[in-house]
Amino acid sequence: MKLTGAEIVCESLLQEGVDVMFGLPGGAVLPLYGALAKYPQLRHILVRHEQAAAMAADGYARATGKVGVCTATSGPGATNLITGIASAQMDSIPMVAITGQVPRAAIGRDAFQETDVTGITLPVTKHNYLVMDVTEVAPAIKEAFHIARTGRPGPVLVDIPKDVLQGDKTEFVWPETVDLAGYNPPGDADPEEVAHAAKLINEAKRPIIIAGHGVLISHAYEELRELAEKAHVPVITTLLGISSFPTDHYLSMGMPGMHGMAYASLAIDEADLLISLGMRFDDRVTGRLSDFAPNAKIVHVDIDPSEVHKNVKATAPVVGDLKCVLKQLLPLVEPNVHIDWLQHCDTLRAEHPSINIRHTERLLPQFVLRRLTEATGGDAIIVTGVGQHQMWAAQYCAFSEPNTLITSGGLGSMGFEVPAALGAKVGRPDKTVWSIAGDGGFQMTLCDLATAVENKINVKFAILNNGVLGMVHQWQDLFYERDYFATVYSANPDFVRLAEAYGIPGIRVTEKNDVNAAIQQAMEIPGPVVVDFVVKEDENVYPMIPAGESVHEMMEEPLSEVSS
Amino acid sequence: MNQNGHYREQLHTIVALVQDKPGVLTRVASMFRRRGFNIASLAVGKSEQPGLSRMTFVVTGGEDTVSQVTKQLDKLIDVIRVSNLSGEEVVARELALIKVRTTPENRAEIIQIVHLFRGNVVDVGAQSMVVEITGEEDKINALNDLLEPFGIVEMLRTGLVAMVRGQSNARVSDDVGLEQPRLSYDPEIRAAHMVTANYEGV
Repeated sequence: MKLTGAEIVCESLLQEGVDVMFGLPGGAVLPLYGALAKYPQLRHILVRHEQAAAMAADGYARATGKVGVCTATSGPGATNLITGIASAQMDSIPMVAITGQVPRAAIGRDAFQETDVTGITLPVTKHNYLVMDVTEVAPAIKEAFHIARTGRPGPVLVDIPKDVLQGDKTEFVWPETVDLAGYNPPGDADPEEVAHAAKLINEAKRPIIIAGHGVLISHAYEELRELAEKAHVPVITTLLGISSFPTDHYLSMGMPGMHGMAYASLAIDEADLLISLGMRFDDRVTGRLSDFAPNAKIVHVDIDPSEVHKNVKATAPVVGDLKCVLKQLLPLVEPNVHIDWLQHCDTLRAEHPSINIRHTERLLPQFVLRRLTEATGGDAIIVTGVGQHQMWAAQYCAFSEPNTLITSGGLGSMGFEVPAALGAKVGRPDKTVWSIAGDGGFQMTLCDLATAVENKINVKFAILNNGVLGMVHQWQDLFYERDYFATVYSANPDFVRLAEAYGIPGIRVTEKNDVNAAIQQAMEIPGPVVVDFVVKEDENVYPMIPAGESVHEMMEEPLSEVSS
Repeated sequence: MNQNGHYREQLHTIVALVQDKPGVLTRVASMFRRRGFNIASLAVGKSEQPGLSRMTFVVTGGEDTVSQVTKQLDKLIDVIRVSNLSGEEVVARELALIKVRTTPENRAEIIQIVHLFRGNVVDVGAQSMVVEITGEEDKINALNDLLEPFGIVEMLRTGLVAMVRGQSNARVSDDVGLEQPRLSYDPEIRAAHMVTANYEGV
């Protein structure tokens, strides 16, 4: 049967196993929406802003490991996707974005709602397509999904002109294979590279594993645990690697870097070997490169060859899919105990507790997060925005299952928490999903509370409301002579009444004693709910290694304020 | 980087086999711009294989930079193969057209110089002539220096193209690491661990 381009898009999405997509229609993409109406198997979730479509697709992808799909119209619809696409690119998230484009004849003529979307998204996608013929629709979508989900995942955009979507019909032929001569993602690593890595691991006296997002992407958590336990190596997890290793495991050493655990950063400083697994030595992890891990040789396993030697020179680079590599590596790693080193790590932990909830009159955000993680038993999916609350969530929440911390790490896009939580809940309806926001980020995307209500997406929205752009405020406090210019929100809305305006319950919490009850109440309500935690406004995140500095310049919580 | 934080600037020749598709040049140029790599010259043309083009880049930077350039190039989906020709035995050529100011008196002398360099005079006007010269960069620079005193009105260089000597099918430089795809990616390994994966007994 001959189909239109739009119908071919739908058939192709079904072939790829897509069952849900997030989007918002407009003129150029309308033919696709016309076809979608005939494909009830493809659940379309209508958002209120295209940024939410991209970020919901991102949250869905992170929670499920599947490709997230979003759609938008040409011009402003497509440009609104971009922050979400860029975030997915930075964090290696499999995503396919399908955008409508003005008709072929109008391209290049500054037509209404025309934007060069493939041009704009070039640096923030893994690849993109402008499909100029209806016969190219199916191959482009097949390739897009293949590229998005394999190798180092990333977002792929497919831009389709309106007349390709609705014009000539053609036979739908689903290509059996993809023909991408220039794209060969690695699987197993070179055995010599693996042997070299194993030798360094077996020789190391003070080894430490830094587990990154690659562990989750490659589903290598069991192999990671096996490696750590076999050789008794402490495991540090980067922000995006956090749920790859159970927080309460005896070898877990927390997050390193700018707001990481002091003991983790100190252990890196003293280690003689970093076993870096699927992580990319982000500046938030390393600080000043010349002072990073000065005593350590480095085993660096990554699926992306361009990550090797990019920021940090590796002693033993290993290019391959992490799960394959660990399967190759494990038999070569000798059982070991590293008793002195583990004891030393415990000493570091005892001497630098790093996190501490003080007794204060005012409600502390750390206190809220600790209660929240206790209430959920570390079993909920936590989706954060960006800033102080994100760092506190990384520090104070416990995670026992992979893919349960969802956060915009690389791009650091505020406003991620609301839409990404929607996507996560749609992908994992069996899990409790908490969106943790600051009052700043929440106001960037709160319009999509309506999407939660409309589609009955049962997300619990917590706002750690301090009335300031907290992380910027903290930098002003520490590095800009306390000039709090443009970081104070003096006219925030009443979030409880706002929730009610959206037709969902709102709960305000100002006292410590009310925190547990509010969390319980929120979880018992059978639908979305907003909990406005009004917290102390001038709380800083510690420990902190200032940007561009090293562990030696680390600020731990000022002692005068610490009490037990 | 050396201890003063400066890169030792060197010229490196990189050849890439790419898909002959719209936008490929933009993808490549965009990558160079975004990553802050410098292109000293770039030449693009058809290859021996239909549908594929070959790009020759001359890139400035230290070894680390060039290694990153080759890997980032290889990461582009439309780039099929990248070879770093630095340190290889190569034939490298560039073509230049030089329009030089002439007078009846010096015309013969200029032609003589051009012939010494095995260049050709391809156009002669009343007050200028156009010289065509092919060779490695140094040779073109040398001719240029000799013609300079007569007055160069215009010069145009194609940028270097380069090819490995000898073996007809030499695939140079393994530092990209992906010339021969290793054991192919196994989707089943992933599928088996989708979503439901959980820690057990921790």
